[in-house]
Amino acid sequence: MYPKNTIVDQFRRAFAICKKDMRIYYFKGPVIIFGLLFPLFLFLAFSIGRELPLDFLIPGMLGMVVFFTSTSVVPVIAPWETRMRTLERLISAPVTVTTIIWGDVLASAIFGLFISTIPVVVGILAGVSFVSLPIMLLGILISSFCFSSLGALLSSPPSDTPATVMMLSSLVKFPLVFISGVFVPLESMPLWGRIIAYLSPLTYFVDLARFSMRGVSQISLALDVTILLIFTVLFFCTAVKMHERSLSQRI
Amino acid sequence: MDEAIVAENLTKRFGELVAVNHVSFKVKKGEFFGFLGPNGAGKTTTIRMLTGIIKPDEGTASVMGYDVRREIVKARQVMGIVPEMANVYVDLSVWQNLMFMGELYGVPKDYRCKNAEKLLHELNLYDKRDVKAKRLSKGMRQRLLLCMALLNDPEILFLDEPTVGLDIQSAHIIRGMLRDLNENGVTIFLTTHNMEEANQLCDRIAIINHGRIAAVDTPEKLRGIMRELQCVEVSFDKPVDINTLSNLSYVNEAKRVGKIFRLYTDSPFDLVEEIVDFAKRNHLRFTWLQVLAPKLEDVFLKITEGKREEDEK
Repeated sequence: MYPKNTIVDQFRRAFAICKKDMRIYYFKGPVIIFGLLFPLFLFLAFSIGRELPLDFLIPGMLGMVVFFTSTSVVPVIAPWETRMRTLERLISAPVTVTTIIWGDVLASAIFGLFISTIPVVVGILAGVSFVSLPIMLLGILISSFCFSSLGALLSSPPSDTPATVMMLSSLVKFPLVFISGVFVPLESMPLWGRIIAYLSPLTYFVDLARFSMRGVSQISLALDVTILLIFTVLFFCTAVKMHERSLSQRI
Repeated sequence: MDEAIVAENLTKRFGELVAVNHVSFKVKKGEFFGFLGPNGAGKTTTIRMLTGIIKPDEGTASVMGYDVRREIVKARQVMGIVPEMANVYVDLSVWQNLMFMGELYGVPKDYRCKNAEKLLHELNLYDKRDVKAKRLSKGMRQRLLLCMALLNDPEILFLDEPTVGLDIQSAHIIRGMLRDLNENGVTIFLTTHNMEEANQLCDRIAIINHGRIAAVDTPEKLRGIMRELQCVEVSFDKPVDINTLSNLSYVNEAKRVGKIFRLYTDSPFDLVEEIVDFAKRNHLRFTWLQVLAPKLEDVFLKITEGKREEDEK
């Protein structure tokens, strides 16, 4: 009567973890409001007083929304579950670490997708035109998984204090935003600035988003998508390895 | 294959500390096996190695024929686990906690709902099914953890100190449930530091201390050792010769510890009556009188002393 524990079974169990995360961590008013307002305020702080075209600013803002929402909650799940002592019960179930991380990433990506779609829909209703809406949506989809995987990686230190992990993740997240061409276009950067920008996955999403609105990009679209996918796999696999290592120190 | 658990030379170190030191034992299918030891003896580390939560540094273990290093997901599929320090998801309701666990074990929806209802009735939690777990008492949460461990109809159940700190009612319900499960063929591996609990429930008991197993035996043998270690401590306002006390009929052995006499006996309450008569006859007044139940450490020492003597012979 026991299931055979195939990959499909593990996917189903990851989806159960995703639903649990949604119920406990994401479906909360403050989390949703923070997910929208924080990038908006950050964006306003940098854009007000600078005469930049809307089709340059909106992709930057969208990049921040996807980035900050997808990396907002997932880093605190592991330390929180360690502190609340639910982690041992979770890892006692017939699931692999990969399944647990996949469930966490899935929940975070769905949250990122949901929140990021709001400014896109508002933009469409306000009359903002897109050269290619599918490219924008594809970019949001891949980036949500990419940044969520980065969030899972950031949660791997064996801490039971969410604030410690949040501080660590802020140390990584903010520099990434500033080097990614969100506020300064890639074409205006010096060579060394562009080299640094290429190290950030957010750069490739912003490039895709700008193409979807302006019809021009600094990097080829195929390269943007490929590099985002490579970053996603790299972050996810590293997160699984790091969590496998730190798990015994958490309990 | 008759064995539910086979542990061979299991060892776990945390830095300099050897938490579990070359532990070997076997548990038969359908057996109620107790793992008895004081706090810090290595019980939780052993159960965590058997359930694949931590990896042993040395040794091997298999549960229901599955190697816990290589086939842990398959092994966990047939296990039910109630970890000692674990908690339920306090932001989910009782029902949501159960459904989540059922999904993690791949239990089909119809069966998981039916089984969850049955378990909630059996563990007196049905009325609380829509209540968030944060509103439950410790005893109710522990019962919920047991429900969660049983939802997949496990062949073997691991429980790490399941009744510690619980109210009498919850502890009673849990012990009753464990007896019923065992009667229905479920193998049970229970860690506890409560000798009485181990005596009442288990078919065999392993005694562990400082990471080593001192003995694996039946509760009857353990009770015999415990009887030998029962004693009455007494002191009087005037000096008394130890030999006079040794000659009392219920005294097996008398020792002097400072001003106090420690009188070992099979029948402590009869001995107390005899001591009271003795004091009256000799016009003595008590300055100290206490019946002492044996401590787990004493039982462990007694067993290890016995083993050492046997080895020397």
